[in-house]
Amino acid sequence: MATFPPITPLSVEGLAFAVDGKQLLSEISFTLEAHRTALVLGPNGAGKSLLLRLCHGLLQPTAGRVSWQGAGADQASAHQAMVFQRPVMLRRSAAANIDYALSLRGVPARQRSSLTAEALERAGLSALAKRPARVLSGGEQQRLALARAWSVRPQVLFLDEPTASLDPAATRAVEELIGRIRADGTTIVMTTHDLGQARRLADEIIFLHRGRLVEKTAAADFFSNPQSQEARAFVAGELLW
Amino acid sequence: MNDFSDAFATALSLILNLDQDLAEIVLLSLRVSLTAVLVAAVIGLPLGAALALFRFPGRSAAIVIVNALMGLPPVVVGLVVYLLLSRSGPLGPLGLLFSPAAMIIAQAVLVTPIVAALTRQVVEDLWAEYEEQLRSLGATPARAIGTLLWDGRFSLVTAVLAGFGRASAEVGAVMIVGGNIAHVTRVMTTTIALEVSKGDLALALGLGIILIALSLAVNGAASLIRETARRYQGALA
Repeated sequence: MATFPPITPLSVEGLAFAVDGKQLLSEISFTLEAHRTALVLGPNGAGKSLLLRLCHGLLQPTAGRVSWQGAGADQASAHQAMVFQRPVMLRRSAAANIDYALSLRGVPARQRSSLTAEALERAGLSALAKRPARVLSGGEQQRLALARAWSVRPQVLFLDEPTASLDPAATRAVEELIGRIRADGTTIVMTTHDLGQARRLADEIIFLHRGRLVEKTAAADFFSNPQSQEARAFVAGELLW
Repeated sequence: MNDFSDAFATALSLILNLDQDLAEIVLLSLRVSLTAVLVAAVIGLPLGAALALFRFPGRSAAIVIVNALMGLPPVVVGLVVYLLLSRSGPLGPLGLLFSPAAMIIAQAVLVTPIVAALTRQVVEDLWAEYEEQLRSLGATPARAIGTLLWDGRFSLVTAVLAGFGRASAEVGAVMIVGGNIAHVTRVMTTTIALEVSKGDLALALGLGIILIALSLAVNGAASLIRETARRYQGALA
């Protein structure tokens, strides 16, 4: 898995998405290089989650396109994973949840148990391996969802508000896990409404407002010197709609 | 009222003494209905799941039809299966009419829509929750159906048991295609109908008690399974 040619960079050109004539995203264009962590920011309803789903291929754009530019692009979907705001836990044990993801990616059964153990270990969930996933706490479920996503060694990992409904301690554990996944060289595209989290994790910021891309800049520049009026207001903590 | 208490006493003694005829009838009933439910589950579970997952022209109509078929009148099913299996019918050469196999076919026809319709509902709810995650993980539709049936297993047990309740309680279809032949196709419900008309209330009542006990046991089992699931899997939360 590790030696597969890269699927990145990710190129998004003129991307638009509309439902029932309502334009939710329009004219989004950007490029994302490998091994970067991009945080998608913006007020509620800006289209952050939508952008992630379009990039991941869960939704088809109404205009424009998402394309993977790397040598491994023809198998791009097999080298991405996504974690959702509310973790979707299958009704089986924590370990079986990871085993399931590995089996879908065609990992042979004899390799799955060691990879599963490794992923659980990484998320600090080894002791809970046999526990039914759905009785775990919210934070544990989200770490399991991350471990499951990471177990297939994705080149690109999409995270949709992974800490939105967690308390600070659980948020910290999840952020640490994200940090480790990032340190492996995984490209991460993540939404959050937590500016502090964005400062802690981001290499780049993709700032959306009302379905449009307002800014895409290095994180340091975005926070110290936002270019657009909207971004300035957003960083300053003003209410933006 | 004396009739009733006499019949009741005789019925109880038949049950407690494991009366040979009674046992034979009960066992045949179970064999026919359980096999029919097994056949219905093998067809109805994937069918219901497919209806939940796939979008195709005429899907709404198909769902309406399957739901409507849940209320299929047993005598009509009996009649249709009778026509198919009768000597001059298309399946006549199989020689199945008035055999337990014919009764299994008729009950399977009755139960399949129940299993399929209830499965469709369960799987559709589950799919709403799972769809994005399963697609993200790269599940093919066939694999997704298997996963949804497995993850919905505790709710689906109820669907299958509902089908069993229907099969074991039904009299019209097995009467027509089985013929209620003693020691061959005589089951609990057809015996009750016959014995009541003959005036032998004891055997009829004994069988009635067993039928009701069976229905209680089945529903008790369903509720136990759901409770267990809730406690250990958080499955229905």
